[in-house]
Amino acid sequence: MAEMSGSETPALALVDLNKAYGALKVTDHVSLDVATGELHAIIGPNGAGKTTLIHQMSGLARSDSGHILLDGQDITGLSMATRVRKGLARSFQITSIIPGFTGLENVALAVQARLGSSFRLFGAVSREERLNAPARDILETVGLLGRADLPAGLLSHGEKRQLELAIAMATEPRVLLLDEPLAGTGPEESAAVIALLRKLKGRYTIVLIEHDMDAVFALADRVSVLVYGRIIASGAPDAVRQDPAVREAYLGEEGP
Amino acid sequence: MTPLPQSPAAVETRLPATRAGFMRREWLPIMLFVLLALLPFAAMLGPEKYTLSLVTRVMIFALAAISLDLILGYGALVSFGHAAFLGIGGYAVGILAAHGVQDAALQVPVALLASGLFALLTGAISLRTKGVYFIMITLAFGQMAFFFAVSLSAYGGDDGLTLASRSKLFGLAWLENDRFFYALVLALLIGCYALTRAIVASRFGRVIRGAKENPVRMEAVGFSPFRYQLAAYVIAGMICGLAGVLLANQAEFVAPAYMAWQRSGELIVMVILGGLGSLHGAIIGAAAFLLLEEILSGYTEHWKLIFGPFLVLVVLFARGGLLGLLARVRGKDRADG
Ligand SMILES: Nc1ncnc2c1ncn2[C@@H]1O[C@H](COP(=O)(O)OP(=O)(O)OP(=O)(O)O)[C@@H](O)[C@H]1O
Ligand SMILES: [Mg+2]
Repeated sequence: MAEMSGSETPALALVDLNKAYGALKVTDHVSLDVATGELHAIIGPNGAGKTTLIHQMSGLARSDSGHILLDGQDITGLSMATRVRKGLARSFQITSIIPGFTGLENVALAVQARLGSSFRLFGAVSREERLNAPARDILETVGLLGRADLPAGLLSHGEKRQLELAIAMATEPRVLLLDEPLAGTGPEESAAVIALLRKLKGRYTIVLIEHDMDAVFALADRVSVLVYGRIIASGAPDAVRQDPAVREAYLGEEGP
Repeated sequence: MTPLPQSPAAVETRLPATRAGFMRREWLPIMLFVLLALLPFAAMLGPEKYTLSLVTRVMIFALAAISLDLILGYGALVSFGHAAFLGIGGYAVGILAAHGVQDAALQVPVALLASGLFALLTGAISLRTKGVYFIMITLAFGQMAFFFAVSLSAYGGDDGLTLASRSKLFGLAWLENDRFFYALVLALLIGCYALTRAIVASRFGRVIRGAKENPVRMEAVGFSPFRYQLAAYVIAGMICGLAGVLLANQAEFVAPAYMAWQRSGELIVMVILGGLGSLHGAIIGAAAFLLLEEILSGYTEHWKLIFGPFLVLVVLFARGGLLGLLARVRGKDRADG
């Protein structure tokens, strides 16, 4: 599993991670290295435990045992907010934005979190160019600048997905955890999000969960397959595609 | 979680920073304050003492309601023990006065410190819970304060404590003058309104507003909402403590009843009645509540039988409280003409 990491410290490493909900083992001895700059896709059937794994990495869910290392540093016990400040950002399978804020305010909020001074009680935050200028740049990158002043709750589903990526980018992460960024998007919207992911690839180390296999095999440097909480295969996309265990457990269902 | 159309707080930040925009946004609070400033002159034509006393009381409760709106309307923190701060402010005046310390220059700092400390301790515990549990635990702390006051037999216990006179102001008895007292309360109301208004529009305020709508999102951009909510809770508690100082002076009396849970409930009703999360809505709500109470109780001692259904109607048909109703009527006017 460590064939690509060589001597370099992986950007993100999972070491023998476990988690159970009651009797249900959702994460089962998962170990994984993600090299710096790599786009690592995690695929697997519904209920395999992909979202739970992202929750564990991001700190939203506690792990029963095992370790999570960010650039070699153990972050297992840290809160989600602390992990974000250390450079680990995420998006959610079910869109998570602040609907009453405008798109610009949503992104500026993340810029503010990074810059600090959030105990400042005076000065109109909406007019702070130190927050708005970087936020506008990012909105431009994701193609939402024209919709920046609309309440985020009124954006289309695809636009909300893009906004969520913009928010994650505004925290200036080194590692991005993306939980099905294409979920629920129509064909046009998903093309826009895929184009955006292509832009982000290489700029950040990315862990991508996705059901859209075309997108996965087009974007991923490496792919891991999660079934019933276990990683049953991990490697280059083509190797994983050919893996008989994978074909049987997962791809086989929809293969030719 | 259904997406909210748009909170007033979010709309306000989007309006252009022009003079016209400022007036459109602020005409209502400005009109309210102008009205309150002119009222003493009108009062001279009628029963002046009664009018000034009634409206002073309204403004004091408006101050308390504003402080609650800061955490309830902007932070979704449903504190059911907010009246405790009225009592703490009131007892700071009463107890100090009983020991011969009559000057507001000393009473006010003590009241603010005591309310701030109480808020810090109870908030640090309450804010670890959410939703219904937060309501219950703030209620419990409020009741603790209530029963503590009841147990203060040296200071009147159940019966409370009558002040010999209103507080001095740097040794002067200015507060005894009802007109001066009215002006002072109005000035403090405007000051605290401006302060809270600035706070909700600040960096800090944005964190509070964001944590209200989506706390998980806040953590996912790197905020731990707890610290910010605690700070807001302390600020709100101190402002309400100040209202307690004024209330004790207005009534020249303090009693455990200041902190009764019904009082906390009334504060919540005032804020919702006026319109959550606008600050001046809290002023309108406090005024509507106390004036209706005053008028209805003049007709019948069963005034709550009328007041109850009225509240239900407002909640059912005037989403956003009286402010929301007003906005809808104005919107209709514009559409019609
Ligand atoms: N909070 C929870 N409590 C109990 N069980 C849970 C909880 N969260 C997830 N599960 C269960 O854990 C298993 C894995 O869920 P998870 O959401 O991680 O799967 P997934 O791979 O992301 O699925 P999908 O592709 O549908 O998003 C499922 O059986 C789910 O029902
Ligand atoms: Mg999932």
